[in-house]
Amino acid sequence: MTTTDIVTVATRPRLEKRPFRRFLARPEIGALVAALAVMAFFSFYTRNFMTLAGAGVWLESASTFGIMAVAVAVLMIGGEFDLSAGVMTGFSALIVGVLTTQFGLNIWVAVLISLATVLAVGALNGFLVMRTGLPSFIVTLGTFFVLAGVDLALTKALTGQVSIQGMAKVPFYDSIQPVFGASIQIGTGVFYVSVLWWFAVTALATWVLLRTRAGNWIFAVGGALQPSRQVGVPIMKTKIGLFMTTAGAAWLVGMISLFRTSTVQANTGVGQEFIYIICAVVGGCLLTGGFGSAIGAALGALIYGMVFQGITFAQWDTNWLRTFLGVMLLLAVLLNHWVRIRAGGTK
Amino acid sequence: MTTTDNTITLVEPILEVRNVGKRYGAINALSGISTAVYPGQVTCVLGDNGAGKSTFIKMLAGSHSPSEGELLLDGKPITFSSPRAALDEGIATVYQDLAVVPLMPVWRNFFLGSELTKGWGPFRRLDVAAMKRITNTELANMGIDLRDVDQPIGTLSGGERQCVAIARAVYFGARVLILDEPTAALGVKQSGVVLRYIARSRDKGLGVVFITHNPHHAFPVGDRFLLLNRGTSLGTYEKKDITVGELTSLMAGGAELDSLAHELERELGPNSTLVAELQSEVATERPAASRE
Repeated sequence: MTTTDIVTVATRPRLEKRPFRRFLARPEIGALVAALAVMAFFSFYTRNFMTLAGAGVWLESASTFGIMAVAVAVLMIGGEFDLSAGVMTGFSALIVGVLTTQFGLNIWVAVLISLATVLAVGALNGFLVMRTGLPSFIVTLGTFFVLAGVDLALTKALTGQVSIQGMAKVPFYDSIQPVFGASIQIGTGVFYVSVLWWFAVTALATWVLLRTRAGNWIFAVGGALQPSRQVGVPIMKTKIGLFMTTAGAAWLVGMISLFRTSTVQANTGVGQEFIYIICAVVGGCLLTGGFGSAIGAALGALIYGMVFQGITFAQWDTNWLRTFLGVMLLLAVLLNHWVRIRAGGTK
Repeated sequence: MTTTDNTITLVEPILEVRNVGKRYGAINALSGISTAVYPGQVTCVLGDNGAGKSTFIKMLAGSHSPSEGELLLDGKPITFSSPRAALDEGIATVYQDLAVVPLMPVWRNFFLGSELTKGWGPFRRLDVAAMKRITNTELANMGIDLRDVDQPIGTLSGGERQCVAIARAVYFGARVLILDEPTAALGVKQSGVVLRYIARSRDKGLGVVFITHNPHHAFPVGDRFLLLNRGTSLGTYEKKDITVGELTSLMAGGAELDSLAHELERELGPNSTLVAELQSEVATERPAASRE
């Protein structure tokens, strides 16, 4: 209590009198500044980065990470992790691939079955976390490995290979492909529909978080679970819904990667769950929950996409990418820590 | 029975407790407690740690149901299946941890779980402007002046947070307000703010149950005092029948003081000045009110 009181005295006049400082305390500011810096750097350092062709490349790269980062950010605001989010993107695409190429199912039906299955896995994640009280880190680590094994074993058992090829020959493939894999040529640049999906998901998540009851509940269950329960927030519904949202986003990203390449690898998405978390944290999410923003996570993914492609444009050794990400994560966490002390959180 | 029966009160109690007790298996946490909560009055529940205060309020708040005795709401026996059920009957409990989310703005905390919305279907959205306005006026009515309801509630002082939690309960239609040690973690000045706020809630006609172990906080705002000691009642005293000194002495265990005097008398002899002092203290501080 006393520390809070000190913080009160220290921060209140500033919050009231200086709107600029208040603006700086917003969760996405760090990511915005970093994104502008990265963009400026590569624009000046390489010739092709700030062209239509270049922008098409790094926007596409950022879009699929962005969709997942936004979903994972919303989940993290709700106080949970989902390590199975990466592998679920591959899982959803493999379901469609197997059902259509091996069992001859209609592709639209297969896509819907895939969605239902992935949502069920998400609900199971949420149910296990809430029922057992175990950390979601552990529960979803389990789901991650189960799904990774299923992906590899079933794909190999059914097709004899570790990937599913020739999706384009499936009947009605052309009727569904544009929804997830369309592209448009603008000047010299190719822009994929996934960028629109990314913007739509970010806008929807921001709306839900800031302007709906569900959003209020997400911040509440992530910020302080017990008090939320006491004032009547449906915590079970909220948390399970969050895990299902992440699963739904993984399905969307799975479909995007499937219909852009018309192939799917058995190990798709494995190892990417941490990149989503990094994007969310760079975007201002607290690891402890209750604070963050969808726009911030989208900006985090934009930074990732720009750096990933910028390194290629600059003809650097791409092996340094992960080192860069690690440094960025640490800087973001330090910034967040400072913000939280200022906000006077008492956790 | 108790002094409450002798009191000439024209109003009926909102909530009445008759001989309730609570057992956890073989352990008797509480037994034979009776008291009443009147509108526009403050009933204080006093007791040291482990006296059974928490068990008592959990029964009032609907978290536990009593093993014996009965609760009467507006004169009719009632049982609460859950805290939500108690809330629906207008019995709101403000717990020590206040049920606030520190990182969320004050107005979001104020309406958490009962948010106002406008619009229809997928466009149903929070009515932010209305919620901010109501939070501002409700807090101002209670004498808390926040220029900015957008700040995280964690940046408020402990006393202010306590007041926001109480204001929230009042706004959402509480008739009985149960406050679990609202001043326990606060400094002198902050406690004063909360006590003033309790008085305002009382003046609005709410029945207040104020749980505390500090008789100096209870006495200025209380109308009647239920004293608990090791799971039993030491009696309910009306304010006119007791002084703050007597309350303190009872809580500290007046009877134990008595036996201590006897013990010392054996050891030091009846003429010891210490024994005489103790005896005179026991004699003056024993209140005249009846005991259960």
